Amino acid sequence: MQIAVLSGKGGTGKTFVSVNLASAIKNSQYIDCDVEEPNGHLFFNPVIDEKLDVNVTIPTFIENNCNLCRKCVDFCKYNALAIIKDKIHLFKEICHSCGGCYVLCPEEAVLEIERPVGFIQKGYSDQVEVISGFLNTGEVSGVPIIKKLLSNVKKDSNTIIDCPPGSACVVMESIRNADYCILVAEPTLFGLHNMKMVFELVKLFKKPVGIVINKFFESNNLIEEFCKNNNVKILSRIPYTNDLFTVNSSGKIAVKENESYSNLFKNIFDNIKTEVCL
Amino acid sequence: MKIVLPVDEKEINSPICVSFGRTPYFMIFDTENNNYDFIENTAADSPGGAGIKASQIIADNKADTVITYRCGENAAEVLNKSEIKIYKAVEGNASENIEKFKKGELIILSEIHAGFHNNGGN
Repeated sequence: MQIAVLSGKGGTGKTFVSVNLASAIKNSQYIDCDVEEPNGHLFFNPVIDEKLDVNVTIPTFIENNCNLCRKCVDFCKYNALAIIKDKIHLFKEICHSCGGCYVLCPEEAVLEIERPVGFIQKGYSDQVEVISGFLNTGEVSGVPIIKKLLSNVKKDSNTIIDCPPGSACVVMESIRNADYCILVAEPTLFGLHNMKMVFELVKLFKKPVGIVINKFFESNNLIEEFCKNNNVKILSRIPYTNDLFTVNSSGKIAVKENESYSNLFKNIFDNIKTEVCL
Repeated sequence: MKIVLPVDEKEINSPICVSFGRTPYFMIFDTENNNYDFIENTAADSPGGAGIKASQIIADNKADTVITYRCGENAAEVLNKSEIKIYKAVEGNASENIEKFKKGELIILSEIHAGFHNNGGN
């Protein structure tokens, strides 16, 4: 089963929930798709078995063959190509590697070459397989890294996908094959506003969804109200306590420190299994 | 000399558009004969790279100079390499800016922003 962990904004506790969930259950994989700033591995500190580069293809142009017909420039939906002083110029960060220019060129003036955009690393921390993706600084799109990460999903594993924040392409790529989506939300106006955006996204993808309220305290019912009005399951309310804060901010995995935390996350998993009727 | 300005409306006294790449129109002003014309900015609704495409349109129209409030780094790269000078627009409408340019009162745009890429997704 693939469980994606999402949130509208950063800092609500996606990584906290993902890392602890993966540690609390058996036969689990943790995949960190937050490739702009992956940090789950800092909690797991895995023994790394493998490091793999991620490349994308970009075009390069043979000037002698090019007759400036502009077919490639006009085709490029992302406007990654321009004709400057009778030469084709590529903005490589904008190129989405669709290969259209290569296919369309009638003069065989386009070659495809590979360009590195980041890497993934695989390893184990106790029984948990930990796979993290790293996007090189300055790159625009993490999608190719996420594709490579998710090609490592094992069918018979419980795979926890730690998603990037927000609701952009990188998030859509991360939840594409998810069986269930957990939205982590904190009970603030900002938290509610951004959670709604992600809620709309997972509805669009027709994914079963449940909410984990993080930093929960009794007097605030913002998220609860939303869940009640939209008939969404609340999977858990994680209390806003000094102890949890201290454990997490010192880089420890809470479920390994205290049995009550372990039970809390096992309970989230049991709730999800009931929801998807496994 | 051909000057291009991003404008909100198709008239000589139009405000200059605050966006370069996503302006609805460009005004092309010819200082040789004071004739001017407007073209649609077909880059305006691009999912990305609007500044690049807008600059390509300007280069294709054989402009020498652009007057704009702002310009992103990719757009500036196309304009610079096409040897098109970028001047900073000042308060006032399009025709007032052209008059100031003719008197040499406008300065070269020195602040090139890093772009507003990824707003809403990539």
